[in-house]
Amino acid sequence: MTATGIGAPVRRREDFRFITGQGRYTDDIERPGQTYAYFLRSPHAHAAIRSIDAAAARATPGVLAVLTGDDLAADGVGGLICGWMIHSKDGTPMKAGAHPALAQGKVRYVGDHVAVVVAETLAIAKDAAEKIVVDYQVLAPVVDMNAAVKKGAPVIHDVAPDNVVYDWHLGDKAAADAAFAKAKHVTKIDLVNNRLVPNPMETRAAIGEYDGGSESFTLYTTSQNPHVARLVLSAFIGIAPEHKLRVIAPDVGGGFGSKIFIYAEETVCVWAAKKVGRPVKWTSDRTEAFLSDAHGRDHITHAELALDDKGRMLGLRVKTKANLGAYLSTFSSCVPTYLYAPLLSGQYDIPAIYCEVEGVYTNTAPVDAYRGAGRPEATFVVERIVEVAAREIGQDPAAFRKKNFIRKFPHQTPVIMAYDTGDYAASLDKALELIDYKNIGRRKRESARKGKMRGIGFSAYIEACGIAPSAAVGSLGAGVGLWESAEVRVNPVGTVEVLTGSHSHGQGHETTFAQLVCDRLGIPIDQVSIVHGDTDKVQFGMGTYGSRSGAVGMSAIAKALDKVIAKGKKVAAYALEASEADIEFKDGRFGVAGTDKSLAFGEVALQAYIAHKFSGQDLEPGLKEGAFYDPTNFTFPSGVHVCEVEIDPDTGVTRVDRWVAVDDFGVIINPMIVEGQVHGGIAQGVGQALLEGAHYDASGQLVTASYMDYCMPRADDLPSFKVDHTTTPCPSNPLGIKGCGEAGAIAAPPAVINAITDALGHEDVTMPATPQVVWRAARKAAFRTAAE
Amino acid sequence: MTTVTMTVNGKSVTANVDPRTLLAQFVRENLRLTGTHVGCDTSQCGACVVHVDGRAVKSCTVLAVSCDGASVTTIEGLANGAELHPMQAAFREHHGLQCGFCTPGMIMSAVDIVNRKGHDLDEHTIREELEGNICRCTGYHNIVKAVEAGAKAMGGTVAAGIAAE
Amino acid sequence: MYAFNYQRAKSVRQAAGLLAKNGEAKLLAGGQTLLPTMKQRLASPPVLVDLARIEGLAGIERKGRAIVIGAMTKHADVATSTLVREAIPALAALAEGIGDPAVRNRGTIGGSVANNDPSADYPAACLALGATIVTNKRKIPADEFFQGLFTTALDEGEIIVKIAFPAPSKAAYVKFPNPASRYAMVGVFVAKRGSEIRVAVTGASSDGVFRWTAAEEALRSRFNPKSLDGVAASADGMISDIHGSAEYRAHLVGVMAKRAVSAALGK
Repeated sequence: MTATGIGAPVRRREDFRFITGQGRYTDDIERPGQTYAYFLRSPHAHAAIRSIDAAAARATPGVLAVLTGDDLAADGVGGLICGWMIHSKDGTPMKAGAHPALAQGKVRYVGDHVAVVVAETLAIAKDAAEKIVVDYQVLAPVVDMNAAVKKGAPVIHDVAPDNVVYDWHLGDKAAADAAFAKAKHVTKIDLVNNRLVPNPMETRAAIGEYDGGSESFTLYTTSQNPHVARLVLSAFIGIAPEHKLRVIAPDVGGGFGSKIFIYAEETVCVWAAKKVGRPVKWTSDRTEAFLSDAHGRDHITHAELALDDKGRMLGLRVKTKANLGAYLSTFSSCVPTYLYAPLLSGQYDIPAIYCEVEGVYTNTAPVDAYRGAGRPEATFVVERIVEVAAREIGQDPAAFRKKNFIRKFPHQTPVIMAYDTGDYAASLDKALELIDYKNIGRRKRESARKGKMRGIGFSAYIEACGIAPSAAVGSLGAGVGLWESAEVRVNPVGTVEVLTGSHSHGQGHETTFAQLVCDRLGIPIDQVSIVHGDTDKVQFGMGTYGSRSGAVGMSAIAKALDKVIAKGKKVAAYALEASEADIEFKDGRFGVAGTDKSLAFGEVALQAYIAHKFSGQDLEPGLKEGAFYDPTNFTFPSGVHVCEVEIDPDTGVTRVDRWVAVDDFGVIINPMIVEGQVHGGIAQGVGQALLEGAHYDASGQLVTASYMDYCMPRADDLPSFKVDHTTTPCPSNPLGIKGCGEAGAIAAPPAVINAITDALGHEDVTMPATPQVVWRAARKAAFRTAAE
Repeated sequence: MTTVTMTVNGKSVTANVDPRTLLAQFVRENLRLTGTHVGCDTSQCGACVVHVDGRAVKSCTVLAVSCDGASVTTIEGLANGAELHPMQAAFREHHGLQCGFCTPGMIMSAVDIVNRKGHDLDEHTIREELEGNICRCTGYHNIVKAVEAGAKAMGGTVAAGIAAE
Repeated sequence: MYAFNYQRAKSVRQAAGLLAKNGEAKLLAGGQTLLPTMKQRLASPPVLVDLARIEGLAGIERKGRAIVIGAMTKHADVATSTLVREAIPALAALAEGIGDPAVRNRGTIGGSVANNDPSADYPAACLALGATIVTNKRKIPADEFFQGLFTTALDEGEIIVKIAFPAPSKAAYVKFPNPASRYAMVGVFVAKRGSEIRVAVTGASSDGVFRWTAAEEALRSRFNPKSLDGVAASADGMISDIHGSAEYRAHLVGVMAKRAVSAALGK
C-alpha cells in the first residue's frame, strides 16, 4: 500500500474548498440576468382546481411570467415519470397516474405545484404569488394507507380506483405455507416502518437557462445523476433533445436518495427559462423541502417466522403495505418491491420465503428511495422478527442468529439473490467482543441501581448494492441499465483526468477515485483530477445511489485504466524499440523485461501524443480510453451492529450508550472515508429509530414541516461509534469492493429497537421511539412487572 | 432602502439594502461570499453561522441593517491567506465533513466554542455546544474529533485566531 | 418576509414615539423569534423599531438583594455574568440553556419576556423568583405580567426596560426540551426565599407559564423532592401535540419539579 493508493486513509482533496467557503453549490451560482421562481403550492391535500386567476399577479411590477399546468400542456411538455414497471400478481401493469409538473385540474397533496411565478426578485415573486386566486373544490383526502384501500375511499387517480398501485408478490407461497405447516414455533410481529424526510442540508435548487443562438438549454441542479435527469427531461418530458440540453450538478450538499429523482421544479425552471428569455433560478426553502422532496420508508408490515424444534428457520411470510404518496416518483415503484423483498432472507438460511406488497396511493408527498431504499425496511422486518423469535424460544439472540447464518457460498436465497461471499459469524464474533457482551448483565444491574433500564440490541444486516446488472434489472422492470461509464484522459505530460458517470455529493470521489488511479498508474495523486457532474464533459453515466459508485463506478475506471496501460505498452514498445510482449508496466514505469530500459508513465504519454516513434497507420496517436462496466451481480455488504441503550423510565429518554459496528465491505479504498460513511448511516438509522417521523394530520397537512417539529439527530443525541470490519473481497468486480454508503442506515434501526425492547422486556415499541413512546412503554413494562 | 456599513473579513463595505435583507443574504448576494449557507428557515441548522463582533450568530436570523457598524467574519475570512485556521485544518485532518454544506457554519461555531470554553474540550461539552448546528452526513463522530483537535491546535495559535476576527 | 420600514431608535422615548405613530409597528430586540416569524410571513409589521442602539438598555447590576437585568441583555451575557452566577445561579443556568449558543448571542431577556411564548424559559424564572418587570411606564409584578399564551400586561406602546429578580435562598430550573425544537416542552423553576416557595411551570400549559400551587404547598412543609410524591399536575389544559400528550406533559411537570427541588438542594 502506498501513501495515496488503495487502502490508504488519504485526506480528502475536495475539503480545501469546503472548509474555506469556496464550495460551489447550485444556489451559489449567479447567472447574468437571472430571475427567480417561486412555486404556488396547494394548501389542500386533495382538491379539484376550478380556475386560476393570475391577472393581478401578472400585473405586479417585476413579474415576468405566471405559468400554470395549462401552459405546460399547451407547450406539449410531458409529465414526470416513474422509470420502473412493476406488475401485479395478476400480471397487470402498475397503475401510474399522470404527474404533470404543474397541476392540471387537480391537486393531490399539500405542497403540490399549482403555478410558478417568475420575477426579478424572490420577494416580488412571493408577493405576486399571494395575489393568485385559485378556486379549489376541496375533496375528501385520504392520508392513511389502510383507509386508502377501503371501499369507498376517495379516489386519488382515476386509473387506480381502489388507490392500489400494484399488488405484487415474490417467492413461493406454497413452499412457505408448507414450511409453516410443519413449524414447531411461529413468531408473528406487526411493524410500522416510519415515514422519513431525507433532509440533505443543502435543499434542492435549479437554474434553467436557454441560449437562443444555439437553441440549447442548460440546467444547473442539485442532482445525484445529471445524465439521468437529462435523459428523462429529454426523452420523456420533452424539454429538448439530449444534445441540446446540458445538465450540470455542481457541488451537491448531500442527497441520500432524494436528489436522484426528476422533480417538477427543475423541469419548470428549464422550460420557463425559454419562455421568459432569461435564466430562472429556484432554491427550495426548508419547509418546501419537507413538503415536496420525496419522502422515504412508510411501510406497514405483518411478518411470520416458522422455526423447527431446534430453533432453525424454516420459512418467512411477509405482507406489507407501502405508501407511495400521491404520485409515483422516479424510482418509487421498485423500492418496496425489488429493493425490499429480495433482502428478506437476511444473513439466514431460510428455505422458503413469500412476500406480498401492496403499493398504495395517499394524499401525501411522493415516497421514493431514501438511504438504503427498501433494504432498511427489509432488515427491520428480519432483524426484529429474528430477535423476537429468539426471545420467545428462550435462546440467546446472538447464538440464535449464529445458528441460522448462511455458511456456504455461493448461496441462492428463495428471493432472487445469489449471495457470493461472506463470513457472518466472523463479524458477529468481533462485534460481541467489542461490545463486551459477556459483561452486559453487570452493566444492566449497574443501570438498574441508578433507576435506569439498560438493553442491548443486535442487527445482522445484509444489503444488495453495487446496483446493478443491467439485464437483470431490465428483466425486473427497470427502464434503464445500471452500468457505469468512465473515460481516462491522459494529457501529453502525463497528468490524468478521469471522467466518471458517478456523482459525488459527500462521498469523496475526488479522493478515492484518484487513489485508484495512483494505485494503477503509479503517478502522484496531485497529477490526477476527477471530473463529474456535467453532461457536456462526461458522455453518459448513471449516477450515485445504491452504494454503487465504488463497486460499479470505480470498476469502470479500472477497466478504462487497463486499456490505458495496454495502449501505453504499445507506445512504449515503439519508443523503447522492443516487442510489445516484452513491455511490463510497474510502479509507474513501462520497462522492457529483463533490461534496465524503461520510460516513466508521463514520458510514454508524451510519446503517445507527439507520435514520432510510430506511424499513425500502425497505432493511433493519443492516450485516452473509455469503458462501460456492467456488473455481473449485485454486491452483498453485510455486518453486525450492536447498540446498547440506557432508558430513563421517568421521562422515557433513551440514551444510546454504546455502538459497535463490524462491517464487511470487501476491499476498502479509503478506510477514513468508509468509516465516515458508516458513522453517517448509523446517525440516520438512529434518527429513524428514536427521533424522526414525518407526520400528516387527518386532513393531509404535514405537521412536521420544519425542524421545529421534525427531529433531526444532533450531536448530543448520539455517542461516538466503535467501527471495525472484517473482509471477504467481492468476487464479482475487479476491485473486490462491496459498497458502504447505506450500511449504517440499514443496520441501525432494528439494533436500537431491539435494545429498547430488551431493556423494557416487551415488544410494544414503535418508531420513532420518542421519549413519550418509551415512557408509555416503560409504564407498561412496570405494570407487567407489578402484575407478575 | 437603508444604508448599511460594516466591516466584513477586514474590509469595509457600504451598501443600500432593502431592510428585510438578512445578513446571510447580504454576504451571499451582495458580497458574493457564498461560503455562508442557508439550510433552514427556523434558525436551527446553523449552516449560516458567522461571527458578528467576535460572537457566533445565525446570519439567517439577523437583519443586515442591524449590523451597521459591526465587524463580521465569515468562513472566507477565517484563513490567514493560504494558511488555514487551525480549526479548518482539523476538520480536514479528522474528516469532519462530507458534503461540505454544513461545514462553514460548523467551523464558525467551533471557533466560537473555543473562544468561550477554552482549548481543552471534552466530548460531552463539544456535543452540547454543537446543539445549534445540524449535519446530516457525518453522524458528528468526526466533527467532535475535529473540534477537539482544532481547539487544542488553536491553543498554540491564539494570536492568529484573534487576528482573524 | 414582507417589506417593512426600519427605524433605529436612539432612546426608549423615541421608540415609544415610533410605536405610538404606527399601531402595527413592532419592536426588534434580538429578533430570534420575531425574524423567523416574519420570514415565514406569519407576521407583517409595517415598521420595525430596532432597540439595539439604545444606550443603557443592556447590562446587569446588583441592587440590594436583587439582580437587575436590562431588557436588551443577551442570554449569553446573563449566562456568563458573575453577578448573576453568584446571586442567582439558577437564572444563569437557565440562560445558558436557552436555544443554542448562536441564539444566545442575539436573543434578549426583554424580547423573550415580552413575547411570552408558552415554551420560553424566562417567564418561568420571572414567575418563580417573583421578578418585577420595569417598563417605560411602570413596574409590573411577574404575577400580573403573564396573562396567557403570547399575552402580557404590556399596554400598546409600553416597552420593557429592565427586569429585577430578587435573589432566592435556593432555586433551580430543570427543563425537558422538545426533542425537535429544543424549546421547553416542560420547564419547572423552583425558588425558595425564606418560607416562600414558588414553583413556575413553562412549556406545558396551553395558557402559558403558570404557578403550580399544589406543589408550592407541598414543598412549604418540607422543601424536599419527596414532598412532591403523590402530588400530580392535572392534565387539564396541558398542551397536547405529536411530541407529547397532555398526560405526558403533566407527568413531566412532576418529574421536572422533583428534579428541580433536588438541584436546588444541591443534590
